[in-house]
Amino acid sequence: MDKVLSFVVAAVLAGTPLLFGTLGEILTEKSGNLNLGVEGMMFMGGVAGLAGSYYYEQAVSNPNPVVSVLIAMVCAILCAAFGALIYSVLTITLRANQNVTGLALTIFGTGFANFLGEAIGNTAPSRYMAVGNVTKDAFNSGIPVLQDLPVVGKLLFSYNFMVYLGILLAIVLAWFLGRSRAGLNLRSVGESPATADAAGINVTLYKYLATCVGGGICGLGGLYIVMNSANGVGGVWVHNCVNGKGWIAVALVIFATWSPARALLGSLVFGALSVMRLYVALGIPAQIYDIFPYIATVIVLVAVSMRRKRENQPPQSLGLAYFREER
Amino acid sequence: MAAQVKAAEHREPLVRIAKRTDISRGKSWAIRAAAIVLALLLGALIMLLLGHNPFLVYADMVRGSLGTQIGRRETVKIAVPLLGAAVAIAPAFMMKFWNIGAEGQILAGGIAATYFALFWADTLPRVPLLIVMFLAAAIAGALWGLIPAFFKAKWGTNETLFTLMLNYIALGIEQYLQNGPWKDTKGTGFPIIAQFASNARLPKVLGVHAGWIIVLIFVVLMFLYLRYTKQGYEIAVVGESEATARYSGMSVPKIVMRTMCISGAIAGIVGFTVVSGADYTLNANTAGGVGFTAITVAWLAGLNPIIMVFIAAFLAILTKGSGTIQTNFSIPASVADVLTGIILFAMLGCEFFIRYRLIFRGKGEHSNG
Repeated sequence: MDKVLSFVVAAVLAGTPLLFGTLGEILTEKSGNLNLGVEGMMFMGGVAGLAGSYYYEQAVSNPNPVVSVLIAMVCAILCAAFGALIYSVLTITLRANQNVTGLALTIFGTGFANFLGEAIGNTAPSRYMAVGNVTKDAFNSGIPVLQDLPVVGKLLFSYNFMVYLGILLAIVLAWFLGRSRAGLNLRSVGESPATADAAGINVTLYKYLATCVGGGICGLGGLYIVMNSANGVGGVWVHNCVNGKGWIAVALVIFATWSPARALLGSLVFGALSVMRLYVALGIPAQIYDIFPYIATVIVLVAVSMRRKRENQPPQSLGLAYFREER
Repeated sequence: MAAQVKAAEHREPLVRIAKRTDISRGKSWAIRAAAIVLALLLGALIMLLLGHNPFLVYADMVRGSLGTQIGRRETVKIAVPLLGAAVAIAPAFMMKFWNIGAEGQILAGGIAATYFALFWADTLPRVPLLIVMFLAAAIAGALWGLIPAFFKAKWGTNETLFTLMLNYIALGIEQYLQNGPWKDTKGTGFPIIAQFASNARLPKVLGVHAGWIIVLIFVVLMFLYLRYTKQGYEIAVVGESEATARYSGMSVPKIVMRTMCISGAIAGIVGFTVVSGADYTLNANTAGGVGFTAITVAWLAGLNPIIMVFIAAFLAILTKGSGTIQTNFSIPASVADVLTGIILFAMLGCEFFIRYRLIFRGKGEHSNG
């Protein structure tokens, strides 16, 4: 029983960065932009958030955890959104190929983060960019009092605030896309930009906003990876720390068939797969466990493409640039 | 009257975009060169912010990568897999099949070649062994490329993500082999694969392993294949419009699968040159991101294999040079990725100015004309 409980908790913790990446990319893709730069934006968000907290802690003698967390989040969102902005300018305004631009963003973001992480680390006495316990605890502690309840406490209240933020974000995004006027407009932009344009919707503005906000959300996923200490040390820059999680998030968007609610389920499943080897003994080598999430993604990809249900299909104009002059 | 003029002025936007129909080759390359210069200037700005003289840093990069014979050989060694993988990707991208799985196909080829290097080196002499390794790598790479192509052709499964996932699966298999059945039993107990026997190693030509000759042959073959053969034409048609290809009686699934076999096979052979020529062993870094960077090489070259030679050389100089400046200026070597990214952004952006021109308000040329 105890082991099952720890497994679920570990799965939730491992799934949360994927959830942020997936939600950000869902919002982006709903506008018709296929941004393959999630990995890069996660890197950018992670390093910027860590740097924000790091410099804040250096600047004051008595760092306040709330301020530190807020600075980290704002930096993460802004930096990742900046990556998304580069992507937007290139693909929306300058009409560059979305696939290649996204890949370029991943290369740039990965390099940018490793570069910055190392360069700032070089200036520190310890040679590492690391934040103190104040910030680390703020990112890793559960809900006080409630988390001490038996069973339920660990299962429901032991997570850090970003887990709850992710769940809340999924609900808000589901409401936004399904129930709000702006969400409907956004979906129409992704399905048929020409129709949306004719209906008086500002296609360019919607695409820019959705892509940049989506990028900012991905950045929070990167921040989570950097700050979370469930998989070892947290709050310190580790070379190549995102390590493919952004790409899994891109795949999870398909797994979730562009639905924020199913993204919750998907990231939990993938989180579970990624920590499974520590909890479920199948008598196979550890390296084979590691490829389970990827095999699962492949199976989902194939299954989704074979079933072809209408509501499960990608936005119609996904990956295509919109040329107003060439309607 | 005055009000009318004002109203007319208001109706015309500040900037209009018009498609260029008549840009000369020289001018389009001038725009691209300007984009690279702009990117390098941005890179210089980063170095300035770090407190270094950008001229000295760039000069050191060039000196480190081209100034000495050892440096030049290292640079070529970096360029070989990059160029090979870019050539491998070209036909797939021409077909608008977004193969971002070169990484996995390189590893698949490397794994197959390593199998023969480890277990057949005692029985086969050098030349047949190398040929067997070459062929095994090609077949393994082709199969690894065929899997996503099959599903794409049959059910339209998204190939971008499929090929990507196969990268991680190939890496997992490599890690398993390295930690399990293929672990070097005579070594220090570290999970590594043993160095190849001397007859499983590619010979050196002019100081660099013979992989560079193999890759250059593929450059020429791929150039001819894409430009002058029926199959190359079919690939271009499928890329432009699948419907057109279907109406004209081409079998799109067959073309997709065949092209991905070729693409995967070349990537697999690149894997062979890395394990047999550069590293003499297989490890997690055998592909080492080459498959991703190669995509940008291929794209920047406009999928023209001849131009890829120059772009791959340029990126190799950046990579080798970044290693040098890490030692001399303690600038992290990741700066190579940052510069590559910026150059890519600039190149992707400048294509717009090659295809379109901007017409500012009041600068003549009214569209209603």
